[in-house]
Amino acid sequence: MTPQAIVTALVLAPLLGALIAGLFGRRIGNVASMSITTALLFICCGLAWMTFGQVVAGHWSFTFQIAPFIDVGRFRSAWSVRLDMLSAVMLIVVTTVSALVHLYSWGYMAEDDSKPRFFAYLSFFTFAMLALVTAADFMQLFFGWEGVGLASYLLIGFWFKKPTANAAAIKAFVVNRVGDFGFALGIITTFWIFGSIRFADIFPQVAAHARQAWTFGSWSFDGVDLACALLFVGAMGKSAQFLLHTWLPDAMEGPTPVSALIHAATMVTAGVYMVSLLSPMFEYAPVASGIVTVIGAVTALFAATVGLAQNDIKRVIAYSTCSQLGYMFIAAGVGAYQASMFHLFTHAFFKSLLFLAAGSVITAMHHEQDMRAMGGLWRRLPVTYAAMLIGTLAITGIGIPGLELGFAGFYSKDAIIDAAYGAGVHGSGLGAFGFVIGVVAAGLTSFYSWRLIFMTFHGTPKWALAHGAVREHEAHPSDHASGAQIETHDEPLEQDHGHAEPRETSWAMLVPLIVLAIGATVAGFAFDTQFIGAGRADFWGRALHGIGGRGALAEPAMLPAWVVWSPLAVTFVGFVAAWWAYIANEGMGARIAARGGPIWTFLYNKWFFDELYDALFVRSARWFGDLFWKGGDQKLIDGLGPDGVSAVSYAAGRRTGRLQTGYVYHYAFVMLIGVVALLSYALWAFSGAGR
Amino acid sequence: MAFELQAIGFYLFSAVMIVAALAVILARNPVHSVLFLITAFFSAAGLFVLLGAEFLAMLLVIVYVGAVAVLFLFVVMMLDVDFAALRQGLARYLPIGGLVAGLLTVEMVLICVSIATHGAAARNALPASAAPGLTNAETIGRVLYTQYVYYFQAAGMVLLVAMIGAIVLTLKHRPGVRRQIIADQVARSRATGLRLVDIKRGEGVAP
Amino acid sequence: MNTGIDLAHYLTVAAILFTIGVLGIFINRKNVIVILMSIELILLAVNINLVAFSAFLHDIVGQIFAMIVLTVAAAEAAVGLAILVTFFRNRGDIAVDDASMMKG
Repeated sequence: MTPQAIVTALVLAPLLGALIAGLFGRRIGNVASMSITTALLFICCGLAWMTFGQVVAGHWSFTFQIAPFIDVGRFRSAWSVRLDMLSAVMLIVVTTVSALVHLYSWGYMAEDDSKPRFFAYLSFFTFAMLALVTAADFMQLFFGWEGVGLASYLLIGFWFKKPTANAAAIKAFVVNRVGDFGFALGIITTFWIFGSIRFADIFPQVAAHARQAWTFGSWSFDGVDLACALLFVGAMGKSAQFLLHTWLPDAMEGPTPVSALIHAATMVTAGVYMVSLLSPMFEYAPVASGIVTVIGAVTALFAATVGLAQNDIKRVIAYSTCSQLGYMFIAAGVGAYQASMFHLFTHAFFKSLLFLAAGSVITAMHHEQDMRAMGGLWRRLPVTYAAMLIGTLAITGIGIPGLELGFAGFYSKDAIIDAAYGAGVHGSGLGAFGFVIGVVAAGLTSFYSWRLIFMTFHGTPKWALAHGAVREHEAHPSDHASGAQIETHDEPLEQDHGHAEPRETSWAMLVPLIVLAIGATVAGFAFDTQFIGAGRADFWGRALHGIGGRGALAEPAMLPAWVVWSPLAVTFVGFVAAWWAYIANEGMGARIAARGGPIWTFLYNKWFFDELYDALFVRSARWFGDLFWKGGDQKLIDGLGPDGVSAVSYAAGRRTGRLQTGYVYHYAFVMLIGVVALLSYALWAFSGAGR
Repeated sequence: MAFELQAIGFYLFSAVMIVAALAVILARNPVHSVLFLITAFFSAAGLFVLLGAEFLAMLLVIVYVGAVAVLFLFVVMMLDVDFAALRQGLARYLPIGGLVAGLLTVEMVLICVSIATHGAAARNALPASAAPGLTNAETIGRVLYTQYVYYFQAAGMVLLVAMIGAIVLTLKHRPGVRRQIIADQVARSRATGLRLVDIKRGEGVAP
Repeated sequence: MNTGIDLAHYLTVAAILFTIGVLGIFINRKNVIVILMSIELILLAVNINLVAFSAFLHDIVGQIFAMIVLTVAAAEAAVGLAILVTFFRNRGDIAVDDASMMKG
């Protein structure tokens, strides 16, 4: 099989699985659907790793057209597969995480009714993501973009009988749409500047068009800058950056495997992937890059602060994702695309690990998601605990700088912070800003990550107090606080907590955890040289630009020692603070929450963004809609149109009808008047004739 | 002299007719109205005679007066009408109605005068030296049964329909009124009409 | 021939009679019979017109037509009275100022 055929098969296999499970799932049964999709995904995963090896060895690198798509004037797009280092990296990320999530779902969705549908959606999502990462022009990129958005909607609202799930799915889709609008404008601008939407045509020409201006009235914008800024708006939507982030926490309504796959490892990283892919353009767009850095930094800080006060285990991890994505954009903004991609790579491992472990905890706790109802689980769920611990160590970036030894996040996160510092040193004020925020956010990251571990696995087991040995409950006890989102299945939750005590989950769920834990541990160590180290130029080849561009990826040896050690220092501070608040003075968190002070309220309510958007956009949109509907449509158009005409004719008819009194002598009188009038007219008109 | 007589006749008959017509509509008692109507008919017949259409004048008297007006009288007397209630309401509509009617009269007179003085009839002599020796009846007969026979028959049809219509509208079967059904009487046979009974002495006949 | 009585006179008389008949129709609210009699007056006026023209034009057709009109007038009087009788039977009196069932 030719390389092109292999990669094409790789991209299309999940689609095949989705179609089989989706269309024939009911006929072939649950096991067959799940097996086919999972097997296809594992095959894809193997092929992806093989491809990656071939690309690393330099043997494979091509853009292969499968079929034409659009051919209108100069606007040409084709279904194609572009294989270079960037897409190869994404291929292994997507297929690995997706395959493991498919396997995990065997255990997690064991009690669900609609397994074929779920697996079909997962496979469809994988296909769309693969189409996105192998795109050779903007059109296929957009197709994949929308496809993953659609899959996200379908999967978030998978339990469609739950109204909150439906609302969350729509929210995700709509907010993504706002971003997509900017994305589309960016594509249009790009086409307008370069006359083509194919990357192979655009990238060589960027330098030539770098100063081309786009005027609107009296304003003049640098064309490439404008295009990149608009494209970044799309990335903001897809990657849940500040201002377009509101959908990500609510997306936790979906099943946990969905959160792991889509909202941790793959879909949300599509924005980062896009910015990195378009690095040739962003290199010539200083304003846009600045925007990227600022937004990324603000997001990192914002999400970290909000994550401090959340009680739902999945929401904490969701905000953590949001924050880490901000880190990736900080790196991309200062030109260190390699660091950004490396963090994407490692983040995929440890974030999906965290999510899947959280799912394991939730399943073991019989779908309890509120951390305030957990505690003391480390003895009961040893494997899960170990996995979560490794994930937390990875995300907080524990490692030893001098020896370059540490967990995955250590390498990537520190690389980002170092790159930001390097950019700051070279005169970029935003780089310095990114550096400071990155360090602060690292401390907060450590705090909330360890908070999660302590509240969930350590401390007093609050579930034992609540459930105890009582076998029957009428209703859930009241300490399931109002903020808890109960995951419900299609059938009502059973009230019989026969197994009141948490047990470790099935092996279908644990194997992926183990695999990902291994990845989270060694991925950084194994790949850092190629991704961001000395071998990065050879590794990335022409896929990423900016390697020597602004000197952003400074050598670690050239950085001052305090810069190198600062992330670790704040991480340690965060760990100590969390330990003090949740182990040493257990209950302090609850007391702070109960006091409801202004800071806590602000953080708990996500900086009131949902309320702000509701007042700003939702209410005004509804007001406008009402205005046009009741005022414009009903009063004006209907009033002047059908209703008005019918009312006028009815009124006129009634008034005219009053002439028919029913009295014959009235009629006779009117006839007489008519005769007199006619005679008068005749006399007057013909008065000259007769005489 | 005859001409003056003619003028006197004309004015006399016209005046009577107009006055009677006014009385028809203004009288309070409907019986009086009918009688005045008869007067108007007679005067009109007189006018017809002056015009030389004596057959038509007699026709007017016989048909209009003898049949229609009498019919009116029958109906008026048959209906039990409350006279007191009839007296109201007249004055209210007289002004506007009178105004419009006056306007109509003036206009019609203007037209009539203009036609009469400028139309085809203006140069003709006063009525009818028709063909000498022919009475009015004969003149009419010559034309009616030859050229206009279809109209004649159609008029008969109209009368037939009117008769049927009047009967249909007013015929009412009163319950409990005994009538003779001649056909049944004639069709009775010995078998249905006669019954022989043996009676014992001193007993009556059971019905 | 200067009697002074010519066509115009007859036509004028007929016009006045016509007007009186028309007047009678709508100033009479209380008595249906008078309405029917007014109609007879109108037809009489028309007949006078026809006969007058027939005389002055020396054309007998006018009188033929007047005969037909006479016939129809009689028929119409008969049916009209039949309707009146029915009307009276249903309502009990002959006032028409409340007869507005054909009201639009």
